[in-house]
Amino acid sequence: MAKLILSLEGSVIREVPLDKERISIGRRPQNDIQIENLAVSGEHACIVTILNDSFLEDLGSTNGTLVNGNPIKKHILQNNDVIEIGKYKLKYVVELATAATAAVAQDDFERTMVMKSSPGRPAPPPPAAAPLTSPPTGTPRPAAGPLTSPPMPRAAAPAAAAAKPGAADTQPLAALQLLTGPNAGKEIELVKNLTTLGKPGLQVAVITRRPQGYFITHVEGASFPVVNGRALDAQAHQLNDHDVIELAGVKMEFFLKR
Amino acid sequence: MANLSSVLEVVTATHPGMVRSHNEDSLAADAEIGLAVLADGMGGYNAGEVASGIAVELIRTEMKKALARRKPEELDGADAERLIEKHAANANTAIFRASQSQPHYSGMGTTLVVALWHDDRLSVGHIGDSRLYRLRDGALEQITRDHSLLQEQIDSGMITREQARHSQNKNLVTRAVGIDPEVETEVHTYSVQPGDLYLLCSDGLSDMVSDEDVQLTLTSLTANLPLAAEQLVQLANDNGGRDNISVILVRIAKRYPARTGVLDKVKAWFK
Repeated sequence: MAKLILSLEGSVIREVPLDKERISIGRRPQNDIQIENLAVSGEHACIVTILNDSFLEDLGSTNGTLVNGNPIKKHILQNNDVIEIGKYKLKYVVELATAATAAVAQDDFERTMVMKSSPGRPAPPPPAAAPLTSPPTGTPRPAAGPLTSPPMPRAAAPAAAAAKPGAADTQPLAALQLLTGPNAGKEIELVKNLTTLGKPGLQVAVITRRPQGYFITHVEGASFPVVNGRALDAQAHQLNDHDVIELAGVKMEFFLKR
Repeated sequence: MANLSSVLEVVTATHPGMVRSHNEDSLAADAEIGLAVLADGMGGYNAGEVASGIAVELIRTEMKKALARRKPEELDGADAERLIEKHAANANTAIFRASQSQPHYSGMGTTLVVALWHDDRLSVGHIGDSRLYRLRDGALEQITRDHSLLQEQIDSGMITREQARHSQNKNLVTRAVGIDPEVETEVHTYSVQPGDLYLLCSDGLSDMVSDEDVQLTLTSLTANLPLAAEQLVQLANDNGGRDNISVILVRIAKRYPARTGVLDKVKAWFK
């Protein structure tokens, strides 16, 4: 379970376990965490805890709520976040019993589990894209156009939460310098995880940036890319600094920038 | 019956990831009948594999039987949706019964996404957080909406999509196959265009790889679908590979209207 450690100017006042769905913080006595200080609003902030997540919300306080020095309105608390209300600090700590159970807990946390829907849940929203047929009765029918019309525009898809989007970003920046062809001398920086080269329909290869380095792979075309004079096969081939690639009649040099 | 194998280009890939010892995802694709099924099982020991395996195998074989008996013009959007609902419900019953009768299967369940292409259309049913995406004109769009706590929190305005990236509650689904005696499948039908590329995936992909990188991969490697599927799995593993990763890619080569004869077309106009 998570807890808050309330302190003033470095000395701990008390610990508060987050054992209720909603814990209120403020100057008035009915708050779960009462802080008698005029810089603190009557109802200052609250923390709503749902399973493993705790959400901090400022309730429109006069002097605001900071997390790790930044003012917030709403915030998902992360382990060791420091909430500041007036001169008081509340450290959010997720307790892990022992290393062994922590590992188990970590494993469990990764596993998909089912939550039974409670009757109080909001009705499911309409589907992401406009379907052609009407949804189950009870939900309003979206304005489905005739079959030939393009689908209705909709809000952007929820962003996929990449756990470690920057895994390949640790790679040093690399680039290609074109050695022949009409654009000889031009430099192409490999700033994306994936860069395609060549002429679609004729010969295309892709350079992927991975934690292990940069790799070139054949995508399409009858002939395969040539690296340092040797033709590749269908497998990915790791590139080294100053390798020379020939592709669709153009020679280029791969090099690391820093 | 219609044979869509000249219309649909289908590629599949599945991988246990970098952390899990075994793969609890199951998938099947049959271009002939225009079907793709993907399931992400959950439950102790190997029960997750059993649940996802039952769902995929049952739906694949039963849908094949059902479709073999029909003429293509007899299958409209509503029929396709009913077919998906019926066989998802049957899979639910089978898994629920197995989990009730076998103590070591107790509590097992699975997510499910079923896609059926027919008559220039696509009917898709889903339960849980396995997804269907569509790449059309270079833009990736998520078609299914997860049945998950996180999605409910986003929908209710409790958290933003940006905050959702850091949530600890990614793994909680609010609906699954085989957990209760009955389950509701969310089913919808969409129009399909030649050139569309569809992606079915488990959360081992969508949790580890951003939509932007999925879109970049699919647009860059569109000429080589097997490489695109392999690259998606590799991206998820390079980012940590914390769950099993499964993908099915389906590209639409051309139109496939159910009525092709002149007389049929004339009849269709007067319908």
